[in-house]
Amino acid sequence: MDHQPFWIILVAAIFTNNILLSYFLGMCSFLAVSKRVETAVGLGMAVVFVSTCTSAINWLIYYELLNPETSILGVDLRFLQFIVFIAVIAAFVQLVEMIVEKVSDQLYTALGIFLPLITVNCAILGACLLMVIREYDFVRSVAYGLGSGLGWMLAIVAIAGIRERLRFSHVPAALGETGIVMVVTGIMAMAFIGFAGIVSL
Amino acid sequence: MELFLWSSIVFCGTLVGLGALLQVAARFLVDPGPFTIDINGGERVFQTEGGSTLLAALTDNKIFIPSACGGQATCGHCKARVLDSQESDVLPTEKAFMTRQELRNGTRLACQVKVKRDLALRIPGHLLAVKQYRAEVVSTVDLTYDIKEIRLRLLEPDRMDFSYGHYIQVNVPDPDEGYISRAYSISAPIREKNELELNVRLHPAHGKIPAGKGSSYLHSLTAGEEITVTGPYGEFELDQDPNVHLICVGGGAGMAPMKNLILSVLDTIPGKPVSLFFGCRGTADVFYLDMYEELARKHEHFKVVYALSDMQEGEQWNGETGFIHLSVDKHLPDDLRPHQAFLCGPPLMIEAVTEVLLDKNMKPERIFYDKY
Repeated sequence: MDHQPFWIILVAAIFTNNILLSYFLGMCSFLAVSKRVETAVGLGMAVVFVSTCTSAINWLIYYELLNPETSILGVDLRFLQFIVFIAVIAAFVQLVEMIVEKVSDQLYTALGIFLPLITVNCAILGACLLMVIREYDFVRSVAYGLGSGLGWMLAIVAIAGIRERLRFSHVPAALGETGIVMVVTGIMAMAFIGFAGIVSL
Repeated sequence: MELFLWSSIVFCGTLVGLGALLQVAARFLVDPGPFTIDINGGERVFQTEGGSTLLAALTDNKIFIPSACGGQATCGHCKARVLDSQESDVLPTEKAFMTRQELRNGTRLACQVKVKRDLALRIPGHLLAVKQYRAEVVSTVDLTYDIKEIRLRLLEPDRMDFSYGHYIQVNVPDPDEGYISRAYSISAPIREKNELELNVRLHPAHGKIPAGKGSSYLHSLTAGEEITVTGPYGEFELDQDPNVHLICVGGGAGMAPMKNLILSVLDTIPGKPVSLFFGCRGTADVFYLDMYEELARKHEHFKVVYALSDMQEGEQWNGETGFIHLSVDKHLPDDLRPHQAFLCGPPLMIEAVTEVLLDKNMKPERIFYDKY
């Protein structure tokens, strides 16, 4: 799949194949941390950073160590990809947490206890696994990781904006707080179908 | 064979590599301190390492502020004022426990504050008197089918200066955290400085709710075993005026502070009127009634009323029936303006009794309660 320029992959990952709105990956933190735009932007940026970096590191690990055709070991260790990817992501999130805490007290306060949620964010693992399945090369993988992160950020910031407005509208009690977010997410996913055909993966 | 070897090497290698990376990063990114923590303008000053929570730093330095949930931001007890803290520093996890005033004056939950700089704190002065004690179980007695009276003898230090309505925290061993702390009221009168007595109700597993960790642990103890407790804690301030009527209302397992108050007051303030109202479900839940009736015969200014709310057929009972707030309403005069009340029991009982007392003109600030 090396025929697509990397920028097509980047745009497609944001709009047409948005990791949240078309694969519904990363729902847990999407629902939990989308009450305020400010917090959503913070978490979104952390996801962009982690997603880009981990797709790069995981690409290197996968092709240098795990894949029998290209690895220096020549042994088929592809079955280890899940556990290794998860370990890399978890360590990276720890690192991001330490950096955020060091650099900006304000961002750390806004994210508070929610940072550890990224560790189990399936959008990030999903991006790593999809880049392997689609056999992207290094540049395209990083583009895909970046695009997935940006797409996820776009979705969570959009829903946070909607939720800030929703607070002042009369939501049927039976839908509760999470129910209405699911409904709105569904409508948003349908709206994103409007991008279909511009580019595709 | 080669496959196993390589997969083990790659897997372990990755993990060790990541671990090393994190260690190095922590070295450079987390400020190791030491930071100075100043409590109440110089009353206690100590140095601590960076990166841990304020609650952990205080506990490590033998300053025990109450914490019933063990640092999970669910009980809201571990409040401390951080002097230069802004309202914007307060984490979303803390806001639920703060009043507007507390948000403004820099009150934080110590379990949510990370030590990253020098801190100046204000905590209630009496908390500095809180110490950790080793204690030995002297006896355990079954009061009812699910409540035990547990007596502890203090070994080191061997005296605790506790006051009216105070409580202690028991360190309960926990496989995940080392130990967790659980609060229990002291039921012994304040003249007993060397021995503590607790009334502990067992909370067995109920559906999906697991058994209570603290009560299971305390119920499993036998005489001679050693445990660790911290204390004393308490916010109740008894009005020591001998003319002020003290009204104690308890229900279920809320007996311990009542017993402490009644025995202490009868001991130390002769002539002060005291009433005890205690709500139980059936005759099987009634305990200490004989002792109180004996006391009521000796002291004419002490009254005791037990009421059963959920009697089964065939139970023998010639006292009050119905919920306890009805008895409170019936037995107390209509004007309680100068008097003081201490309530301890389930939230619904507290609400109902508070309503009755307010109807009888008692001032809200004279009603002290302990919900569990």
